[in-house]
Amino acid sequence: MIDLSTDYLGLRLKNPLVPSASPLTRDLDSALRLEDAGAAAVVMYSLFEEELRAEDAMLDRFVLNPEIGCGEADGFLPRDGEMSGGLERYLAQLDRLKQRLEIPVVASLNGVTPSGWIELGRELERGGADALELNVYHVAADAGVSGAAVEARYLELLTELRRVVSLPIVMKLSPYFSSLPDFVQRVEQAGAQGVALFNRFYQPDIDLDCLRMVDALRLSRPDEALLRIRWIAILHGRTRLTLAATGGVHSESEALKLLLAGADVVHLASSLLQHGPDRLTEILAFMQNWMEEKEYESIAQLKGSMSQKHLPDPGLVARASYLRVLDSFSPRSGVWS
Amino acid sequence: MTSALTLDGNEAVARIAYLGSEVIAIYPITPASSMGEWADEWAAQGRANLWGAVPTIIEMQSEGGAAGTLHGALTSGALATSFTASQGLLLMIPNLYKIAGELTPMVLHVAARAIATHALSIFGDHSDVMAARATGCALLASNSPQEAQDFAAIAQAATLAGRIPLIHFFDGFRTSHEVAKIDALDADTVGTMLDAARIAEHRARALSPEHPVLRGTSQNPDVFFQSRERANPFYDDFPQVVQDAMDRFGALTGRTYRLFDYVGAADAERVIVLMGSGAETVHETVEHLVARGEKVGVVKVRLYRPFAAAALLAALPASASAVAVLDRCKEPGADGEPLYKDVVTALAQAAADGVRAMPRVIGGRYGLASKEFTPGMVKAVFDELAAAAPKRQFTVGIHDDVTRLSLSWDADFRTDAAKRLQHAVFWGLGSDGTVSANKNSIKILGESTELKAQGYFVYDSKKSGAVTVSHLRFGPVPIRSSYLVEPGMAGFVACHQPMFLDRYALLEHAAPGGVFLLNTAAAPDVAWGTLPPKLQAEVIAKQLQLWVIDAYAVAAEAGMGRRINTIMQTCFFAISGVLPKDAAIAAIKEAVDKTYGRKSRRLVELNYKAIDMTLAQLHRVAPPAFAGNEGSAPVEQPLSSDERVGTIPDFVRDITLPIYHGHGDTLPVSRMPVDGTYPLGTAKYEKRNIALEIPVWDENLCTQCGKCVLVCPHTAVRSRLFDAALAAAAPSTFKHVPVRAKDYVAGTHISYQVAPEDCTGCGDCVEACPIHDKSNVSRRAINMAPIEPLREQERANFEFFLGLPEFDRGAIKHTTIPSAMLLDPLFEFSGACAGCGETPYIRLATQLFGDRMLIANATGCSSIYGGNLPSTPYTVNAAGRGPAWSNSLFEDNAEFGLGMRLAADQLMDQARHLVRELASDIGGDLAAALVEADQRSEADIVAQRVRVAALCEKLAASKHPRAAELASLAEWLIRRSVWIIGGDGWAYDIGFGGLDHVLALSYDVNILVLDTEVYSNTGGQTSKATPIGAVAKFSAGGKAMAKKDLAKLASGYDHAYVATVAYGAKDVHTLRVFHEAESYPGPSLIVAYSPCIAHGYDMLYNLRQQDLAVKSGHWPLFRFDPRVGEGGGNPFRLDSAAPSQPIQTFMESETRFAMLARSHPEAAERFLAQAQADAERRYKAYKDMAQGRPDEPTSGA
Repeated sequence: MIDLSTDYLGLRLKNPLVPSASPLTRDLDSALRLEDAGAAAVVMYSLFEEELRAEDAMLDRFVLNPEIGCGEADGFLPRDGEMSGGLERYLAQLDRLKQRLEIPVVASLNGVTPSGWIELGRELERGGADALELNVYHVAADAGVSGAAVEARYLELLTELRRVVSLPIVMKLSPYFSSLPDFVQRVEQAGAQGVALFNRFYQPDIDLDCLRMVDALRLSRPDEALLRIRWIAILHGRTRLTLAATGGVHSESEALKLLLAGADVVHLASSLLQHGPDRLTEILAFMQNWMEEKEYESIAQLKGSMSQKHLPDPGLVARASYLRVLDSFSPRSGVWS
Repeated sequence: MTSALTLDGNEAVARIAYLGSEVIAIYPITPASSMGEWADEWAAQGRANLWGAVPTIIEMQSEGGAAGTLHGALTSGALATSFTASQGLLLMIPNLYKIAGELTPMVLHVAARAIATHALSIFGDHSDVMAARATGCALLASNSPQEAQDFAAIAQAATLAGRIPLIHFFDGFRTSHEVAKIDALDADTVGTMLDAARIAEHRARALSPEHPVLRGTSQNPDVFFQSRERANPFYDDFPQVVQDAMDRFGALTGRTYRLFDYVGAADAERVIVLMGSGAETVHETVEHLVARGEKVGVVKVRLYRPFAAAALLAALPASASAVAVLDRCKEPGADGEPLYKDVVTALAQAAADGVRAMPRVIGGRYGLASKEFTPGMVKAVFDELAAAAPKRQFTVGIHDDVTRLSLSWDADFRTDAAKRLQHAVFWGLGSDGTVSANKNSIKILGESTELKAQGYFVYDSKKSGAVTVSHLRFGPVPIRSSYLVEPGMAGFVACHQPMFLDRYALLEHAAPGGVFLLNTAAAPDVAWGTLPPKLQAEVIAKQLQLWVIDAYAVAAEAGMGRRINTIMQTCFFAISGVLPKDAAIAAIKEAVDKTYGRKSRRLVELNYKAIDMTLAQLHRVAPPAFAGNEGSAPVEQPLSSDERVGTIPDFVRDITLPIYHGHGDTLPVSRMPVDGTYPLGTAKYEKRNIALEIPVWDENLCTQCGKCVLVCPHTAVRSRLFDAALAAAAPSTFKHVPVRAKDYVAGTHISYQVAPEDCTGCGDCVEACPIHDKSNVSRRAINMAPIEPLREQERANFEFFLGLPEFDRGAIKHTTIPSAMLLDPLFEFSGACAGCGETPYIRLATQLFGDRMLIANATGCSSIYGGNLPSTPYTVNAAGRGPAWSNSLFEDNAEFGLGMRLAADQLMDQARHLVRELASDIGGDLAAALVEADQRSEADIVAQRVRVAALCEKLAASKHPRAAELASLAEWLIRRSVWIIGGDGWAYDIGFGGLDHVLALSYDVNILVLDTEVYSNTGGQTSKATPIGAVAKFSAGGKAMAKKDLAKLASGYDHAYVATVAYGAKDVHTLRVFHEAESYPGPSLIVAYSPCIAHGYDMLYNLRQQDLAVKSGHWPLFRFDPRVGEGGGNPFRLDSAAPSQPIQTFMESETRFAMLARSHPEAAERFLAQAQADAERRYKAYKDMAQGRPDEPTSGA
């Protein structure tokens, strides 16, 4: 029997497949289906700072302070005393998941400023979260803000969260750091237990009919795993942090590659959204088959076996021999490029 | 046990009514609506009544419906109640007779309000309850929020004990909306008041098949009379029953009441008798006068029906030789108002019986529609009683220079009690949170100190840019002042909006040595200079402390956007000294916690930050020693609108503008029209200047599509054609370009011009603009820009624009948007909300048909922005023609409009008959043309006008004996376009019966339903147009049933033209529908989707939401045109495509739906699924109908 177990933020997981933050955890039934499908833990859908802000603004303008200055009406909507805020609803869902799931539940916070909402960390801890994922979604578009300042902001948020909770924290990072290993080291120093590589920014798109920017939410593609493979391979063995791979895992092959590169866990979202929770069972089964075929005994044995540290030519990962890659690419016949 | 609560009269009453009720039938009406809203919200939260159950709250289609439901619930054993006012009470009267005739215990709570006569008024007086005094219901008056709570409990105890149903009333607004600190009754005390045995008796009398009886027989002359007399003992006993309940209440709470409470000198010679909140002002004045040795007193009437003469006589000192009875109502033609006559009768009978001498009794009217009633007026009444020959009938509070009934009064009279209180006045905008901040301050003062506190809030009648004035009092003794803070009394005056500085007499209320707090962007060192000289002089003369803060800057820095309420509240506590500063700040923070607490921690934190920042940003400004010194350079005073608008009609100068400027109280009786008839075209004189940004036209980018004109809710964007030569005299900045359309002669120019002082800055025009600058997509052909420095320039441009002659309507296509928008609107600058989704429809109708429109307007938003004084947006064209408009009631609008049609048709027939009779005088051809004119097109109508003019000329020369008669009827030969306009509350609910009836007839009326999907005007209550899943008042848990498909129902008539429209989704469709509906010679119904701020999103997105409503299938567009059917085609045409967006996209973008996911997530999900299924089914059903399969089953409607 192959031992699929792995360590994640100090938690012992039965296997390395962990559904990442997605709408699947908004609904208790689909969360239960994930567990049944074999998920080793789940990351809850993200609590978005912007969502909280927008909700606050809505609440403030139309419900709590709806003044319209009219003698006949001081507002248009009922003053519902029972209306719960976004934080409360998140806590309630955490509570429901904790009550019904046996696997660990990781809460996920997504924001850019330490403006009060992060206080929630303490309540999430009290609410029974097994760990916290901190997802800093920040597009550094301000020419007046240096790269160092951007990094400082990430660390400030982490430090702030660390201050309020003793739970394990995993920080979800973008790939756009000048020196990722250095930054990961500082993340470790600031008190995190893990990093998740990498978050995928939603890219705005242009609607050609209306000439408007529109939010575009596109699911990941398998080739996005390559970026993760490289950086996990580089980081494995150089940090004590748990390495979680996220983005582009659609089949057992990406999952296995990431584990070989050194990931402790592999997150899935797009493939589960496309094919449903059962996809996780399939991937797990295929992984086992492959490991049996290759006579691996455990994930521990496999994990990081192809990291930069263990490769005969570490430069391959670092430079990724891109010249060779470019040379090998030739257009299909009849296609001008 | 009692605890203090700070709340308004309505909430105080609703708490008790809710505790003691099992069924609550409600319907919205100002100022009673919030009682029903509280009940609905508490029920949605699962709050229990005295017996551990959640009462059933049921909204009905009208007050008549509520009363019927009440009757049914009561006669079947439930304890039931309702809340109403004014016309609502009138609609309940038939059932009240029944309920009383059957001796059914019930309490009906009434926030007493004026009844519409020459005009509607939402304000308080006793016209409504007096109209119900013959129903057999008892009438019990409470005078303050405290008493309103107490009497709600006493009333229920009494009605159960005595079986007489009881109307408990208190003054609309003055009591219903006054926020006060009261000793709150707890549930145990209320429970103790209600005798379980009496409740059991009520249940035992209930209709039950277990022991069946018959109730509600019809009776013949033989026994009806005797039966009617049979109940007399109950009425004879009832005063004592009420007194017993009062006594029991007194024993429980220490607050004692009598049927008639007397206050004043034991040996009083002059006594005032009255009921309602005014009695408290008289009480306060009596104490003041008695302290000065005057022998005066007041009798407060508590139980008015049954009228307990003996109790009155017992309360009235025997020494009273002169009595003034004050009625807050008017019974025209009577020789006295009801209370006066009852008191006279009681005294006359007592005198006749030799019980006491007959005093002189005079009767006066006061306080109609919340007219102020002050101690000075009370003093005037006492003075009149002392006169040698007092007026037997008088009025007080107005200047009657017609019948000279009014008493003059000393406006400077102040009572000792008033002098012992602290007063504060705050000027704010409706939207800036001033009122909520003040309510909060009163709560803080009420709950964290021993002080008594009172707040009353005055609003103007606009829905956008409304001014609010908050009147606060607090002090150590009970506050009886049921009148506004008087001039010179306020130790604290705050102006939350610097633009008020030169508009209002802000410091009139300020007391010498008081504080003036100003929110201004001006730095402390230059702030003094921004005060107009008159204010500077007042600051110096009254030696006021001037404090300034830039609240908007603080708000922005604290992350609060433009919300300044917490900041200004902090300033008040920091400066006024009513509480120690630290305690006050702690209390404000505690209040913030309570408001935002679990809802949003972030908002708590932001408010905290704002509070802390405020203290550092609040500065005292020392005025220079003399006004006019350095730093006080006189500010250039903007011209008043009076001066700007060239020739002002006398009526506008004498009446409209004084009202607009806040001097309506000073207008004498003689200035008022005798019958409530007012001229049109008055909104243009207001020049409200409320926009911070206005649209600016880019004539080079513009393709002249006219959409900006179409969507402008305030008719502040105009387009016009003119001969380019006319532009020679234009101001240099006036923009105009050659018209692009090829339909006009060369040299014809077009201008799109903004009315800068009438725009509300909503931005809908920019959103509507389809043009993008190719190199900068965010730039449109019309763009918002700060009003300064554009105001003066655009004012001149607009004036020039208005001076251009109207382009020949006959040369303009009426069927395309770009050209139809060139037609002059006859509806402009209404007081509707910024971004209103209703007004563009009305304006469009006036552009197309305005010069021949007769409008019947149901009560609601459209009647308020259409006809609330001081002005009306309806206006006239150059020929003086325009829409003639009237509002009858809420419930009868379809019938009212039908009456207009019948009159027009009948008089046209009569005129035609005379034309035929006088044909030889008129000339055969002209006569025939006059009689046979089709007049379905505007060209035909223009031709007919020419013929009518010719007819009048001929008649002037005619010697025919009936020539004059025909001349007086000649105008009726021109076809009138009758429009019946109202909201969904009218069309779907209260007026549906009439609407249905008018649709079932064949008369040519055009019914325009402005469907906002809630009762907008009364504050967003649920109507049958409210969609499933929407949260609205009276549906705090989300509306569980689908919206009624009014258009589909109406199309079932086959002979009626029916269409749904949404101008933000398909504007040309809207235009086509208006033409088709108007030209259809039978009944036409247009159901118009009208975004409303009640939907809970920024009205900037009005058009986007209309589009989403259509694209998601929430609002399919269709037309049902019987003419097509007559021609053999399918009369039903589906004009919108299959839903291309999930209904969720529409629903989650509006707070009315989105908030349910926060309060009742499971219900929200269920309703969403249902809404999606409904939308799909509805579309399929419509599609089937459009494809000629109208009989297939449909649902979701």
